[in-house]
Amino acid sequence: MKRSFARNLYELLSSMRFAISLLTLLAIASIIGTVLKQNEPYNNYLNQFGPFWFGLFEKLGLYGVYHASWFLAVLTFLVASTSLCIFRQGPQMLKEMRSFREHAQESSLRMFAHQASLGTTLPRDAAQQKTAAYLQSQGYRLRAAARPDGVLLAAKAGSWNRLGYLLAHTAIVTICIGGLADGDLPLKAQLLLGDKHVVSGSPAIADIPAESRLPASHWSYRGNIFLPEGRRSGNAILNISDGVLLQELPFNLTLKKFYVDYYSTGAPKRFASDVVIEDRASGERLERTIEVNKPFEYKGVTLYQASFEDGGTTLHLKAHSLTAGSNEVLPVDGVVGDAVKLMRRSEPLTLEVINFRPINVENLGTAEASAGTIENIGKHLGSAAKSGEKKDLHNVGPSMIFKLRDAAGQAREFHSYMQPILQEGRPFYMAGMREANAENFRYMRIPAFEGKLDAWFALRAVLTDPAARPAIARRFTATALKGDAVAETMRSKLAATAEQTLGLFAAGGYEALDQFIRKNVPQAEQEKAAGVFFKVLQGVAWDAWQLARERQQLKPLELTQENAAFVNDALNAVSDSFHYGAPVFLELNGFDEVKASVIQATRSPGKFIVYLGCALLIAGVCFMLYVHERRLFVLLKDGGEVLLAGSANRKTMAIDAEFARHSARIEQLLKEPDRGTGPSSH
Amino acid sequence: MELAQAHTDLPLLRRLRIADWLAAFALLGGGLFALARYGAYMDGYEKAILLASIPGFVYLAWSWAGLRNLMGGVALLALAGINLYHGDLARADHAFFLKFLLSSQTAIGWMCALFFMATGAFWLGLAARAEFADRVGTALTWSAVTAGLTGLLVRWYESYLIGADVGHIPVSNLYEVFVLFSLITGLLYLHYAGRYATRKMGAFVLPVISAAVGFLLWYTFSREAQEIQPLVPALQSYWMKIHVPANFVGYGAFALSAMLGVAWICASKGILADRLPSPEVLEDVMYKAIAVGFAFFTIATILGALWAAEAWGTYWQWDPKETWALIVWLNYAAWLHMRLTKGLRGAALAWWAVTGLLVTTFAFLGVNMVLSGLHSYGTL
Ligand code: HEM
Repeated sequence: MKRSFARNLYELLSSMRFAISLLTLLAIASIIGTVLKQNEPYNNYLNQFGPFWFGLFEKLGLYGVYHASWFLAVLTFLVASTSLCIFRQGPQMLKEMRSFREHAQESSLRMFAHQASLGTTLPRDAAQQKTAAYLQSQGYRLRAAARPDGVLLAAKAGSWNRLGYLLAHTAIVTICIGGLADGDLPLKAQLLLGDKHVVSGSPAIADIPAESRLPASHWSYRGNIFLPEGRRSGNAILNISDGVLLQELPFNLTLKKFYVDYYSTGAPKRFASDVVIEDRASGERLERTIEVNKPFEYKGVTLYQASFEDGGTTLHLKAHSLTAGSNEVLPVDGVVGDAVKLMRRSEPLTLEVINFRPINVENLGTAEASAGTIENIGKHLGSAAKSGEKKDLHNVGPSMIFKLRDAAGQAREFHSYMQPILQEGRPFYMAGMREANAENFRYMRIPAFEGKLDAWFALRAVLTDPAARPAIARRFTATALKGDAVAETMRSKLAATAEQTLGLFAAGGYEALDQFIRKNVPQAEQEKAAGVFFKVLQGVAWDAWQLARERQQLKPLELTQENAAFVNDALNAVSDSFHYGAPVFLELNGFDEVKASVIQATRSPGKFIVYLGCALLIAGVCFMLYVHERRLFVLLKDGGEVLLAGSANRKTMAIDAEFARHSARIEQLLKEPDRGTGPSSH
Repeated sequence: MELAQAHTDLPLLRRLRIADWLAAFALLGGGLFALARYGAYMDGYEKAILLASIPGFVYLAWSWAGLRNLMGGVALLALAGINLYHGDLARADHAFFLKFLLSSQTAIGWMCALFFMATGAFWLGLAARAEFADRVGTALTWSAVTAGLTGLLVRWYESYLIGADVGHIPVSNLYEVFVLFSLITGLLYLHYAGRYATRKMGAFVLPVISAAVGFLLWYTFSREAQEIQPLVPALQSYWMKIHVPANFVGYGAFALSAMLGVAWICASKGILADRLPSPEVLEDVMYKAIAVGFAFFTIATILGALWAAEAWGTYWQWDPKETWALIVWLNYAAWLHMRLTKGLRGAALAWWAVTGLLVTTFAFLGVNMVLSGLHSYGTL
């Protein structure tokens, strides 16, 4: 009873059905792993699936399918099943490879799929010799066995096919074993046994406790080293499900310099790190350059250029106040990755610099009107060096992303460029803001005057300053009415309109003006009123600008088209600035860049086992698919009767055709009179 | 149905004609010329690969006369195109032969048109039982392959004209590999059509190429994907040059087998049965194609693992593209087992081959569109 259970288990495990089921299971698990993003922070999953499904999926290990225990179990079963399969089939295969089956019974030959009954008038020896010579010339090896009624020529070719089976299936086992050796099974065991603990979040290296540190002797790992230029590290960080472990390396690594080169399209061309490796045991010191696709191996640890980040660039900033009427500027320095308090008289603000990019290549080309079909086809002929659409790639200079956090802890994110960018032929400083990470930045376009921001801030301060309003209105009426002799009532009415317009605009931009019109002007006249307000606003803004210049002791300007456009753009920007969501605007004035390289350190001693398996697999698959085992039996009976039988362990038309050909050739050979020098007797 | 290989009775060397010898000398001469002229820019591996590829190509040319003629034609056309450039890209817009024939985009445009025409011819042949239309279809398919291969080679040269640091083999993005896919599938079709002496499979195989060409046109006209882009650092590797083409032999062969699966299913339901090759032939070619595809796909996946070990620090990390390659591979491994050890034949295998194409297409395209991963082969 017991024996038969073991026997049944063996039969099941080594059966093809079981193997195919495992392969199917493996495929399904793999699909899940690709559809569900793996190893994300747990919060993302919680948001996506809700508490119930989140919990269930977590239990099933779906956030790290390929490391889940059940997945590893499937792999283990596959190894077991394939091993048993080899164990079961292997000896048989080897026997088949060696044997010629020269003692086959005539009755069994008569069961073969391919057979022919021929006859010959040749003497038996001659017939045997001719047939043997022919078969040999066709690549068959053969053995003759005399039997009471004649002789059996047992020939075969392509025995390596059987070897192929052994190689390919051994390869699967080998690859899986190598892969499991490089996997995180041993580490998982340590974590389960409580020897080691994962620290959650992303703590500073110094804060990682001893039970979360792995010694340099650790068998296999894959971790990241974050290295700012000029710094040194002897550890890598391993990310394990929702936390980290610290992996000690057998050496210290110092980053001398990190390089990024770009193509003219702005696409990256080369990432490279000049590093110094210092062996902690021997004191050996090596200088190397690590590049993408050019890793460096030292003491079994391979170092790769994985990515790069900012390593703490210092940004020199000017904080322009956006409070009404104020043109205050405060210098401040921010460091990428750090937070700094902005010392302001009103509410406190914290600046957190998130990122800095020294280069931004953007396509400033404008879309062309769509062309006709023929023309469009024409555009796509010729060399592949050009595109059908016009491109105008420019490096628009450095940019930064930062957050401003208020006293209540609320933060918005901002994106600014250091230099103005040309749009519709006019230069603008682009200033983006978003309330949440998931949103796109919305941009305010601040017009540059003589390449700078100052003119706009001066104009904005005067425009939003209640104290300056009468002076502006006076200037406005004076220019508007020139020297015309109009009634004083008219003059003061115009001045009042100007002040009112300014007041409304200063309180809330175009939106405030719009609301006022909707509330106070009959519907039929709203459009006209809006036109008047807009005209007045433009005029007032021009005079405000001149007043601002006068206060700064600058020469008054002439009302050119260019200057008028500036006023228009400036008004738009002032109106948008009410939605900027920050009481200051940070201008990027300069920077001291510090780059950081992220280097990956891996140790995977199972690699060579896997590569060996791969070599076996290729050889095995080629033998199995391209070498066909064929057997031909020619039974030459004493009476001149000839039985031809053929078998193959694959069924294809090529093999059928080959047997038919051999059969025809042999028939012909045996018919020809024996001249001793047949075509194939050499 | 007889196989068209009665000639294999003779050993290879005795079958050679003058054209075969000419081809061999041309290949040898070309290879040695390249070595003498450009050897200074090659490292040891590259020289070894160049030298080893000479006998490789000679063997291919000798064992398949069609391929030999293709090599000759493509070599002449591509060299003519390269010569016409005089090292100046702008000439693609003026020089007559470049503008209308030999510049890469024009040549690939011809390939697209010729594949469509070939599809039409094969359909006509099927509908009207016109042997002549089938022959035209075959000739058009050969022409399409010639045009496409010329286009890729000229594109390779053009990439160096943009800048020495931009130049690279045209197997680096989805656009280029779609051209490659069309070519390889076309060639595999022509190979089996010759081996089995039947032109009746074209009506089923060419549509899958036409679909690829349709995608290519959409990709060109609405995404401007044809423009040569410099290689990002992750793709600057020798492995790319072998990993990608090996993969596409696999994809092409799987696509072919699936289309024969469709033909088999049609024939078994009595649709067009008397106009198609016998089910036996269809089945046989289907198996052959999957065997070729499986062998190449195995090699390609292993090459990919070797490359990943060099570029990403690990030979396998369950990146979606990798994982889907594994799924495709497991699928065909299971197919081969069922056919071989369970003796499964007929409808089940045919349907399975058709499903295989869906899996393959997802691995090839779907992963790029739907899933995110490390493969820098661009999203659509
Ligand atoms: C991922 C795992 C596997 C792969 C890639 C694989 C691959 C192959 C290939 C390519 C063939 C040749 C098919 C042909 O010539 O048409 C084959 C044959 C075979 N496989 Fe597997 N195999 C795998 C797992 C297994 C397992 C687990 C078993 C045991 C149940 C098995 C048993 C066999 C047998 C018995 C043959 C036929 C050998 C012959 O008669 O020559 N295979 N395998």
